[in-house]
Amino acid sequence: MNGLSSFIASPWGSILAIAGMTLVTFLCRIAGVVVMSRVRITPRIERGLRALPGSIILATILPVVIDNGWPAMIALAAAIVAMAVTRIDIVGLVAGLGTLAVIRAFG
Amino acid sequence: MTLMPPALRPHFSYSGLRHGARAALPAFPGFIMFALAFGTAAAQKGLSLGETLGLSAFVYAGASQMVGLEIWQQVWTPATILTIMTVTAVVNARMIMLGATLQPWLKHEPLPRTALNLFLLTEAGWLIGTRYHNEGGRNVGVLLGCALILWLVWLATTFVGFFAGALVPEPKRFGLDLVMPIFFGVMLVPLWKGAKPALPWLVAGLVSLIVHALVPGYFFIIAGALAGVVAGMLIE
Repeated sequence: MNGLSSFIASPWGSILAIAGMTLVTFLCRIAGVVVMSRVRITPRIERGLRALPGSIILATILPVVIDNGWPAMIALAAAIVAMAVTRIDIVGLVAGLGTLAVIRAFG
Repeated sequence: MTLMPPALRPHFSYSGLRHGARAALPAFPGFIMFALAFGTAAAQKGLSLGETLGLSAFVYAGASQMVGLEIWQQVWTPATILTIMTVTAVVNARMIMLGATLQPWLKHEPLPRTALNLFLLTEAGWLIGTRYHNEGGRNVGVLLGCALILWLVWLATTFVGFFAGALVPEPKRFGLDLVMPIFFGVMLVPLWKGAKPALPWLVAGLVSLIVHALVPGYFFIIAGALAGVVAGMLIE
């Protein structure tokens, strides 16, 4: 154990830390595919998975946008409207960022 | 299976790689800003260039890289290694769900290519791939092409951030600190299929807000996403 501890305390420790982080992240990345290949996909599971993309988006952005106050909310609304009208993702992105920059420049 | 039109059968082509690389373009600003910030923070924290690029190349998950910096050690012990692995796993556990939705698309792929595709899995790439899949596309090359170009952008801008982070102008002035949430918001639009299928999204958003108010860290993402999936399973 002493040999291991001194090895981890050496500069090799950083490499070990990165390797450990890489390993657990890769396990997270493959786990979904591995599990689903062994599970029969029922209509109920399919409905749940179909709800995931929108759910993950709202769960990710809602707290961040609300923390950043009304300029962020208006910018997000502008991005969504521009995307809904044009269906071109770059246009939506530019509209959102542009709106935010303008509000902040005058705010 | 044989009755399925060819476009709806999962397949792989190199033209798909190019298509995917082009489709990834709207995610570039978010990746660039995040990787610049990470490279800068890593240099300030005293990490070597090798360590910084190693994290970006192999861990390749922004939130966990940032959290990892907060608990990075000059001298490691078995306990601190276990801690950083645990924290990384918690932050990245949401990727389990991303992979779960990809399984039907990837099930006939050769194993090494799927391993590479999943090694490069990110939320942004997955959202772009999901949109393509929802529109009827089944070329796995699109997913991989998107993932590969985003990984290159991530690695290159980590490098730039490490050396030139201090030179980058105040990102807030251009609204670039919110570029990732705004990109995600844009990707929400093609997912919209009416109010009822969006009910689980509302549940996800509310749960994430509550968890965000009560629990520190990035836990709100997986809590909200899980709540949305459960709601989707319960709503007929």
